[in-house]
Parts: sequence; C-alpha cells; structure tokens
Amino acid sequence: MFESIAFYVFSILTIVSFVVVVTTKNALYALSSLAAGMILISGFFFLLNADFLGVVQIVVYTGAVMALYAFGMMFFDTTTDLTEKHGNPKAVFALSGMIALLLVVMLLAPIASSHVSALYPMVEGVGNSEAVGMVLFTKYLIPFEVAAVMLLVAMIGGIILAGKKMDESLTLSEQGEGQ
Amino acid sequence: MEKYLYIALFAPLLGSLTAALFGARPKTLFTGLWTSALLAVSWISSILLFLHVYADPSANVVHVEMMNWISAGNLSIPFGFVVDQVSVTMMIVVTTVSTMVHVYAIGYMSHDKGFNRFFSWLSAFVFSMMILVMSDNFAGLFIGWEGVGLCSWGLIGFWYHKQSASWAASEAFIMNRIADLGMLIGIFLIYWNTGTLQYDEAFAAMNDLEHALLITIGAFLFVGAMGKSAQFPLHTWLADAMEGPTPVSALIHAATMVTAGVYLVIRANPLYDLIPEVGYVIASLGAFVAIFAATMALVNRDIKRIIAYSTLSQLGYMFVAAGLGAYWVALFHLMTHAFFKALLFLGAGNVMHAMNDELDPFKMGGLYKVMKPTAILMILASVALAGIYPFAGFFSKDKILEVAFNGDHYILWGTLWVTAGLTAFYSFRLIMLTFFGDERYKKLGFHPHEAYSYMLWAMAPLAVLAAIAGFFEHAFVDFVTTLLPSYEFHTHHVEMILIAVTSTIALLGIGTAVTIYRNGMLHPKWMENPLYKLFTNQYYIPQFYEAAFSKPYKELSIIFWKQIDMKIVDATVDLVANTFFNVGTQTRGVQNGNLSTMLRWMALGLTLLLTFGLIFVVAATLLG
Amino acid sequence: MITLNHYLVLSGLLFSIGLVGVLRRKNLLMLFFATEIMLNAVNIGFAAISNHYGDLSGQMFAFFIIAIAASEVAVGLGLLILMYKRKSSVDLDALTTMKG
Repeated sequence: MFESIAFYVFSILTIVSFVVVVTTKNALYALSSLAAGMILISGFFFLLNADFLGVVQIVVYTGAVMALYAFGMMFFDTTTDLTEKHGNPKAVFALSGMIALLLVVMLLAPIASSHVSALYPMVEGVGNSEAVGMVLFTKYLIPFEVAAVMLLVAMIGGIILAGKKMDESLTLSEQGEGQ
Repeated sequence: MEKYLYIALFAPLLGSLTAALFGARPKTLFTGLWTSALLAVSWISSILLFLHVYADPSANVVHVEMMNWISAGNLSIPFGFVVDQVSVTMMIVVTTVSTMVHVYAIGYMSHDKGFNRFFSWLSAFVFSMMILVMSDNFAGLFIGWEGVGLCSWGLIGFWYHKQSASWAASEAFIMNRIADLGMLIGIFLIYWNTGTLQYDEAFAAMNDLEHALLITIGAFLFVGAMGKSAQFPLHTWLADAMEGPTPVSALIHAATMVTAGVYLVIRANPLYDLIPEVGYVIASLGAFVAIFAATMALVNRDIKRIIAYSTLSQLGYMFVAAGLGAYWVALFHLMTHAFFKALLFLGAGNVMHAMNDELDPFKMGGLYKVMKPTAILMILASVALAGIYPFAGFFSKDKILEVAFNGDHYILWGTLWVTAGLTAFYSFRLIMLTFFGDERYKKLGFHPHEAYSYMLWAMAPLAVLAAIAGFFEHAFVDFVTTLLPSYEFHTHHVEMILIAVTSTIALLGIGTAVTIYRNGMLHPKWMENPLYKLFTNQYYIPQFYEAAFSKPYKELSIIFWKQIDMKIVDATVDLVANTFFNVGTQTRGVQNGNLSTMLRWMALGLTLLLTFGLIFVVAATLLG
Repeated sequence: MITLNHYLVLSGLLFSIGLVGVLRRKNLLMLFFATEIMLNAVNIGFAAISNHYGDLSGQMFAFFIIAIAASEVAVGLGLLILMYKRKSSVDLDALTTMKG
C-alpha cells in the first residue's frame, strides 16, 4: 500500500515539475523544477529496489549536472522573462499528444511474456549495491572502462571549449564580445 | 543497254547536285553549261535506248531492278525501271525539250542572281520526271510524281521575294497534294486487292477483280491525274503558275509535268479498258476543260496566261483521246504538243525579255520589225497549234477529232470542233496583238531587242520538230501499238470530210483573228460585255475558292491555334511544369535549417512509426 | 497494485513531456533541460523492467545512460558557450543560416 501511495505521489509531483520545466517563461523556475524532478526520479529508483541507481542519480544528476546547468544560467539575465517565438504551438501539442497517446496505448497492454528470462539475475542475499558491483566489474567491465575514458574526454573537451581565454573574465568582457 | 538507262536517269541528278553546290553563290556560267551538257548526255542515251527498243519492240524492252526498296512481309517494292515503247517516247520528249530549255535558260536567266539555284532545281525536275516515266511500279511513279510536284513548287516560287510567286507556288503544290490523296487511295486499293504494285502483275490481276472496285480504283487514280494535269476543278494553279520564269513554264507547264496525268492514264490503259464508263467521264471532262480553257484564253491580257490556258485546253484534248480508249493518239498529241507549246513559251519569253518583263499584249504591237526570228518561230508554233497541214498539230488534233466522231460521241466532237476554232482564234489574236498592228509600245517607252542568238538556236530544233513530227505518225503508230492497244477507226469513209471541216474552222479562226486585230485592239465597248467579264475573271472560280475554302480553312486554323493549341495543349504542359514547381516551393520549408523545425519533423516521423507499429501489432495479434 | 505497466505508462508520459519541451523551446539551454527529462524518463522505464524481471541489465543500462548524459551536458554546455560568444544569443532561430 505504501508503495502505491508513494508511486502516485511521486509520479504526480514529477509530472508537474517537468511540465513546469517545459512551459515556464522564467529560466530559474525551469532550473529549479528540473532539479526537483531529478530528486523525485531518484525516489522512483528507490521504490524499484535500485538503491545504487537512486544514489547515483542524486549524486550525478542532481549534483553535478544541475550544477553545470546552473553555471550555464549565467548567460541569462534571469530577471527578465524568456521571450521565445513559438510558431504554431498547437501543432506541437497535437504531435506530442499523439505520441503520448500511442505510447500509453501500447504500454497499457498486458505484458505477459513468459519467454523473457533474466540475463543477469539478481543474486539472493546481497544488497543492491553489492549486486551491482558484482555485475559491473565483471560482466560490464568493458563498457565501464569505456565510459570512464569518455568522461575524461568530455571533461577535457569541456574545458577546452569553454575556457579558451582563461585569463579573461567572460562577464566583464561581455560587451566587447561577439566573435 | 542497261548502262544507258542509268545514264539517262542519273545524268540530270548529277547535274542538279553539282549545281546545288553553287546554289548560294552568284552566277557561274559553268553551272548552266554543265547541267545542259549532262542533259544532252541524257538525251543521247534516250535516243540510243529508243533506237534499241525500236529495232525489236517486243523483245528489246529494257527492264532493270536497281535495288530493293521496301521489303516488309508481303510488301515488296523494288526500285525498278523499264524502258518500253511508252516510256521511251516520253523520255525522248522530256529530254529533248529539257535540253533545249536548259540552253535557252542560260540566256534567259543570265542576269538573275539565282542562276545556279535555277539550274539545280531544273535538273532535279528532269530527274524526277525521268523517274516518273521510267518506273515500273506505282510506288516509283508516285515518287516521281511527288518529285516533280516539289520541283515545280521550287521553280514557280523561284523568285520567292515576290509574294505572288510564293503564293502561286504554294497553290500549285497544295492543289497537287489534294489530288495526290486520291491517287494514293487508288494505289492503296491496287495493292490491297492485287498484292503488288508492279505494273504488269497488277494489271494482270485486275482482270479478276469486280467491276465496282475497278471503277473506284480508276476514279481515284484519275483524281490524281486531275491535279497534275490541271483538269477542272483543280485547274486554277496552272494559270497562276505563270509567276515562274518562262523556261519553267515551257518545260513544266507545257511539255512535261502537266502531261504526267495523261501518262498515268496511258500507262494504266489495261485498267481503263476494263471500265469504259470511267473513260467516258474522263473524256467528257476533258472536252469540257478544252472549251472552258479556250474561252478564258480568248480575252486574257497576259501572253503567258493565254498560252497556259491553251495548254489546259490541249490537255483536255489528250484526255478525250485517252478516255475514249485511243491511247496512242493521246500519246502522239502529247508529243507534238510538247514541241510546239514549248516553242510558244520560249518565244513568249523572248518577247518578255525584250519588253522588260511586260506581259500585256495590249502594250505591245508591231514587234515583228524588231524581232523577226522570234516572230517567225512563234507564228510557226501557233500554226502548228491551230492544226493546219502540214504541221504536227494537224495530224494529232485531227486524229482526236476522228476518235470522238468514231465512237459516235457527237457532242464531244462538236465541243472539240468549236474549241479548235477558238484555239486558232486566240493563238493568232496573240500573234497579231504582239507582233503586228500599231506599235503601242513606243508610247510607253520600251526599247525591245532580239534575244541572244544561241537562245534562238535552242528554239530551232523544237521548231523543226513541230513542223515535221506529224509525218512520223505511221511509224509511231506501228511502234507504240506493240504495247498499247490499237484503236479501230470505222470512219475511213468520212475521214476526208472531217479533215476538211476541221481545217475550215481552224482557218476561219485564224482569218477572224487577223481581220479583227489587224489594226490594233478591240473596241473597248466589247469589254463591257458580261460574257467578256465572265471570261476575264476566269468564271469567278478563284474568288469562289477563296471564299469557300481558303477563308474558312484559315478561320479554322486560327481557332485551332488560339483556342486549342495555346489554351489547351500549352496550358496542360505548363500545368504539369507549374505543379512541380509549386510543389517544390511548398516543400522547401521542410529544410529551412531551423533546429526546431527539424525536431518537429522528427517527432512527426516518430508518430507515424508508432502508429504503424501499433496497427501492425494489433493486426498480428488479432489475426494470430 | 503497481504493476510494470504503471511504471511504463509513467515513463511514456514523462517522455512525451520531454518531447513537448524539445519541440517547443527555442532557447538552447531550455532545450537541454528537455533532453534531460527525456533521458530520465527512459531511465525509469529501464529500472522498472529490471525490477520486474529480476534482471540487473536494466539498471546497468540506466547507469550508463546517466554517465553519458553527464558527459553530454559537459560538452554541450561548452559548445553553448562558444555559440554565445559568436552570436551573442542562445536563441535557436539565431542558429539558422539557411534562408529557407
């Protein structure tokens, strides 16, 4: 019972906050709502017995990614509203509505396939983190290493892209920019 | 002997092609000399062939098949040529007159810019005519038929800057074309029913065909002959064809092209022997045309047109003979007529050149003093035309009148008899107005002079032939009737009387003309006569054709152009093009470089895929 | 009872919301936000399936998606900064160089 209450509460909150992200005119509201949404999603993960994943979600997404976005927000004058030229909003909602409808219809169908068997079954007796560790460092080792290299590359790329002139301040020289 | 056939046939072509090379250049005397020389070669070859065939007519006919032309399924048409009695006669006539005209034209066209082009067309014409007379099947005949039509167009409209000349050329060609449709239908019918277009095989097979079909074939073939030989109602082009240079009129519209129709009827004599009804219609039409043309020549004020109507009239005579079954008589008259008519035209050319291309005899007069040789030649030709003994016209014309009388066709005979009188009258009207009487030209400031001597020498052989050709009648008959059917005359007892009657009216006509015109023109009071007006306006037939055919056709053409072609056809094609263009313009927005737009299109694609996937899955589960 | 279908429907809905944002937003940064939403929606789906079948593969997948998303954000923001320096605007319509 707790599960269903938790599920519905989390889901409503998540949907509302994401809708805010998508439709609001204020950039700060969008940012905050996104952060909130991330946390709530980690709540889902905890509900689904994916403890490790939930923690990683909080740490990486809500911590690192949102912080990055917060830095990105520095490009805006956040006191004014975002002015966006929306061409034909009805078409967008219609399109997305259609997709949503289709997905819901498809996914509501009872999925009762008994031919699906677990590839990496959960080990009994150990907690989720240990199980993840066991699988991650044995069966998924190569993707793990590759992901590590990719993160390194992304980091270096990010630094180089964004920090060309390290001795200049971006905000102070904003008026003279336009290269 | 076959090499002479090829020489006779292709020498004019060679001349024509070489002259064509110089077509755009100013006059080079070489072209005139070269083409005339080649024509002379062809002439000599024709004479050699004639002598060969004459020696033994039944065995010495030269028949060659040059190459295969069409061989498709059951249809086999070769390029074949035959030199038999009829075709060798035509060849002699054509080459003789052509050679003389070529030499004459060197002098006549000597001041013309298109000298080289003229000789090219002229030799091409002779080549086509040779194909026409030498071919041994209907398809080759038709090729030559069309070829002479084309060259006639090119030569009538030779001075293409003149609007009247271009118009006359087109009129001639179109009228010929209309008739050619009839001839083509006839040829198709022949092929369809006999399976072959070769003369001998087709005629042999015709004996088995039913009578109505034969009448149809004969009628259609005659329609083709009507166009080429300018019988009523397709006659208006001949008078207008006088827009071309005079050598052209001499060659084409006196001696060769217009006789092609008569040649066709003579060649198809096995067919026409089977359908005497059609022959009678041909003869009646011929007689009508004879008197019809003679009446129009009585009052005309253009020397070339008078001679042209005279040709038309004589063609009517030939058709009377051919229609009544006396084919050799028609051929004989064709031959003699070619000589003296060509001579008449060439003489008229001399007069025109002397009078600075003036055509109205009312503005001439008394030219005898200045142009004696031309006058003598023309008088000789006119006498031959009128049919006075001992000149050639007497023998041939008399024979035709005898043929008409022989078959008890007294109306035909009467018509032709009156026409003979009219012929004599207008020929000598022309002579008197031009060469005798008071010298009207002096007031108008003309300074006439005689033509070059070599031109007169070119006319001389024609004069000689016009004089003596009649005496070869018996030899001719014996020669030709080995191929053509001979004609039985039952009128030997009245023969002398007929000759006397005919000669009387001819002399009467000459006498009347000399008397009336001795002192000059006719009283202007005559010109108010309604009959005179009718004749002068050619029975108002050209006006009728203009109103009844030309105008409506032009209106129809304009409708087709403006309404159908521009509005419907063009609009449809433009619609197709515009549709593509507009579709392109509309769909250009898909790729406008805007990320948002591209994402939307992506989402649309996703929707479509999901829909299809859903439908597919549902269908799969429902249908199992 | 909360079955797998509930989670999947929720995942689909969140995905659509993210899609609306992607289609609608003209500001590049907001576009990134919407992309994040979509990725997270998919993560929920993976985790739910993994839970249902007792298979850890789903969670591994979600884990890697998080890693990739993080690096994507890093590089993406770097590019965003470069574009801002060039065009002084982060509006999507300013990126368009084709004339249509």
